[in-house]
This record gives sequence, C-alpha cells and structure tokens, in this order.
Amino acid sequence: MYTQALNTAETDDRGLEDAGKAAQFQARVDAEERIEPNDWMPAAYRKTLTRQISQHAHSEIVGMLPEGNWITRAPTLRRKAALLAKVQDECGHGLYLYAAAETLGSSREELVDAMLAGKAKYSSIFNYPTLTWADIGTIGWLVDGAAIMNQIPLCRCSYGPYARAMIRVCKEESFHQRQGYEIMLTLCRGSDEQKAMAQDALNRWWWPVLMMFGPPDATSQHSDTSTKWKIKRFSNDELRQKFVDATVPQAQYLGLTIPDPGMTQDADGHWRYSEIDWSEFKQVLAGNGPCNRDRIAARRKAHEEGAWVREAAAAYAAKRARRQTAQAAE
Amino acid sequence: MPVANIQVSETPLVFYALRRADDALILGHRLSEWCGHAPMLEEDMALSNIALDLIGQARELYSYAAKAEGKDNDEDKLAYLRDVRQYRNLLLVEQPNGDFAQTLVRQFFYSAFADLYWRAMMTSRDATLAAIAAKSEKESAYHLRHASEWIIRLGDGTDESHRRAQAAIDHFWAFTGEMFAVDDGERALIHAGIAIDPGTLRGRWLTTLSDVTREATLTLPQNDWMQQGGRSGRHSEHLGHLLSELQSMQRTFPGQAW
Repeated sequence: MYTQALNTAETDDRGLEDAGKAAQFQARVDAEERIEPNDWMPAAYRKTLTRQISQHAHSEIVGMLPEGNWITRAPTLRRKAALLAKVQDECGHGLYLYAAAETLGSSREELVDAMLAGKAKYSSIFNYPTLTWADIGTIGWLVDGAAIMNQIPLCRCSYGPYARAMIRVCKEESFHQRQGYEIMLTLCRGSDEQKAMAQDALNRWWWPVLMMFGPPDATSQHSDTSTKWKIKRFSNDELRQKFVDATVPQAQYLGLTIPDPGMTQDADGHWRYSEIDWSEFKQVLAGNGPCNRDRIAARRKAHEEGAWVREAAAAYAAKRARRQTAQAAE
Repeated sequence: MPVANIQVSETPLVFYALRRADDALILGHRLSEWCGHAPMLEEDMALSNIALDLIGQARELYSYAAKAEGKDNDEDKLAYLRDVRQYRNLLLVEQPNGDFAQTLVRQFFYSAFADLYWRAMMTSRDATLAAIAAKSEKESAYHLRHASEWIIRLGDGTDESHRRAQAAIDHFWAFTGEMFAVDDGERALIHAGIAIDPGTLRGRWLTTLSDVTREATLTLPQNDWMQQGGRSGRHSEHLGHLLSELQSMQRTFPGQAW
C-alpha cells in the first residue's frame, strides 16, 4: 500500500527481449523461485519493481515526518523513547528498501531526486497532519496495521531482495502496531478528554487509511502483470476487506466507533463499509492533500541544507584516499 | 496531581543525580529534533540512536533521584513538572542545534567529557550510580567516536565545512568550563567516594580535543573565559522554549496517564 499510486500498466516490451529467457523467467516465478539481482529479468519487471520498492522507501522516509512531529512533545519519557525508536525504525526501513532498489540498478541519489522533484510518489496517508497525541496511537494501530496487511504477502514476492527486506520490516511493523494499539488502549481507559481525543483521531484517519490499499479493483489496471510476476498476491479490495474485518473488533474492544454509520456485518462475518470518497484520494495523489506541500518542503530543506555536509564527507574521503595512495607509493 | 511545578527535596545526592539526568535529557531532546531532518539518512539514524541512549540515561538517573528523594516524585514528574529555574543541566547541552557542525561540535565537547566521566564513575561507592556509569560509558565511547569522526570530516573536508566547524568550536567553547566545576554539595559527595572530581578529567579531555582538532586542521580557542549558570538554574533563553515544548502535554492535561 505504500505503493498505491502504482496504477499504470507497464508497456510489455518482452517482444524485444529473448522469448526463451522470458519463458524461463516466468517458469521460475511460477515455481515460486526467488529472482536475484544478477538473474535475467524482463525490463518491465525491473522497472515495476524499482518503482514499487523506491515508492515504498520514499513512504518510509516521508512517513517519519508526521510521527516525528510528536517526538519533542511525547507525554512521558517512555513514550518519547518508544516514538523516537519507532521513527528511527522507519528510517532504517527506508535505507533497507533503497538498498533493495539499488540492486535493480538505480542509485539511491537518483531515486531520492525523483521524489524531491515530485516525480516519484509516496503513500498518500502521510499527507495528513498529526494534530494530537492520539494521532500517534492511531497511526501505529491503523497505518502500520494496514501496512502489515499489504506487506505480509510481499514477504513472498518473487524478487528476493524485496521479499527478504519485507520479512524484517514486517517484524518491526507488527511491534509498532501493538505499540500504537497500546497507546489507544491507554487513552480509551483514561479520562473523557482522552477518550474523545482517541475518537477524534479515528474519525480523521479511518477513511484515509482505507484509501491506503489503492483504487478499487474495478479501476486498477496494474494488478494483472504484478500478479503474474508474483509481486502482488492479493487485490486492493481483498486486502482492504481483510483489514476492515481485522480492525472492527479492535475498535469495538477500545469502545470506539468506526466513523461509517452505514457499515454492516454480512452473514459471512465480513464488515461491509460504505463507499469510499475516491475524489479525495485523487486530490491527495495529485498533490492537493492537507500536508503534501509541507512534506516535500521538509524533505527538500533537509536535502538542501545537508548538501554541504555530504560534500564535506565526500571531499574528506577523496583526500584520505589520495593520502593512502601516496603513502603506499612511498 | 498539581499543574504547578513539583518541589524536590534537593539533598546533595538527589541534586547530583538530577543534574546529570537533566544533561542527558536536554541533549537527547535536542538531538531528537534532527529526526527526519538530518543531512543524510545514516545521520537520522545515528543522531536518533544517540538521543535514545541519552534519554535512557536520563530515565535511569531521574528514577534514581526520585528513589533517593523518597517522596512521590518519579521520572516523569521530574522531567515534565519542573520549570526552567529548577532545571540544572549544563548550558552547553541546551544550546540550539544550529547547523550540523554546531550539533556535532556540541556533541563532541560533551561526549569527550562524558566518556571520561562515566568511566571514572564506574568506581563510585554508590552501586546504582556505578551501574548507570557502566552502561553509559559504553554508549559515550561510541558517541565520542561518532562525533570525532565528523569533526575530522568537517574540519578537513571542504572550505565551507571547515569554516562552519571552526565557527562552532569558537561559539561553544565558553560553555565547556561548566563541565568541570564543582560546588560544596558535590564536594561532599566526592569526599564520600560517591562522585568523582570532574576537575581531574580536564587534562585528558583537552588531550582528546587537541588530538581530534589537530587531525581536523581546526584550532581550539585560547580564550579561557567560561560562562556558567546552568547548574544553579541560571539558563540561557533557549531552555524555556525547549521545556515548553517538552512539557506541553503534561502541562495541558495534568495528572493523566499516557
């Protein structure tokens, strides 16, 4: 879901490639073998994965901002340490994913530049603001919960480096989700003011979280090739439904109300949610969410203000290499 | 629980633990401000990691101060319900992050001291302080290595990084004397073998600084005028703003569990 914008079909250029190799590749994928960086792969597979993994990495990095917004204001020292460690984990995921993307032949710099230039997307969810402490609990509970729902199947993705990255990321995300739920539980067992804060956060985040799974299957053109290549194992709507079914009882346990008066449980036990406002989703993807401009501005500022530091590190490394070469020549 | 500031019975031991806890918390808080905004992802990770170590040290020291005081204070009351005049951290650690060079020079000056300080405190006759020291010493050694490597890179990097690093050294130098100062209450703890005399660390601290800055082609100021006041609650104007942010939740929603 951190790659929800990935919604356009790749042009199938395998016609230009060796048909035999392509068949062999598909046979390996069908046999659930992992494709590794040095293996032959169709150009479109490489391109799709580079885009998906880098979008995922950008999401982790931009995702540091809404939660980072509360590090300096966390209400207790224990919460402060846990939140800082959590945001640090997200950064680690970003680094890990950029490294996975680099195995496909694009450098971290190129990928980051594309994001800063607004050419590469990140998850729409991070374009919403964190207004109260309850938002930190809600992000852990719902945003990380939704991320896990999407990423667990990615642990079996056909591309080895991405699949392995997801195994580690999922372990940490599941810890974050429990942490977020525990924040919500504390609020819901607290004062009326705290409980109202928790309900307000759920009201604001619920629909944007459902949008994290991407457009409805009926309008998604992307899934076919990704499914065939075993990058994607479940459709957007399937994952969204799984998430809703898992989340409703959690909200009930908290004593919170899902802000969807039309929600009903069908005979199979599935919770049927009302129509999602896809026009909001499109607006946010188009750059018109509440925090799009702030998020990109913050990442650009860090990048630009850090340029002299990166230049200094590179200059020093070059000087040291020259000195070592000179010493070796003596 | 009152919204107002708590009162702390500041016996020499409580006072001593609080001062070190405040150092660790305020510096940890400052470093945490970088999270998401550092010059490279590796430094987002590293600065957050160091901040986490420092916040961890602060929590242990606050808990010990609360225990030594024996009233109903705890780590959070001590951190969130004391005002600027009750905070006793070094002026150095409350200074704003500035640019990356300022953050790293501030860290270098502090970590070069903390590394020696915690190693020496491992011999404290107070078992809790000795245990905290044993953990903090390992952390500080890593913090010092990280900061030293950056001082060298920045000093011997580009003209711009050299200029920024030298400016940061000149800017923070006057805040370093306070690390080695001792008052009467602390002197009693030193005599009792509970605390160590930080004055005895200054020579080795200066050697570390000289070695690193020489390799970095930077120079240490000759000026020996030192600004003090943090230990007695006479802070710079910066601390009040930091505390109003740090404490905002506890001040806005008093007495609630989070």
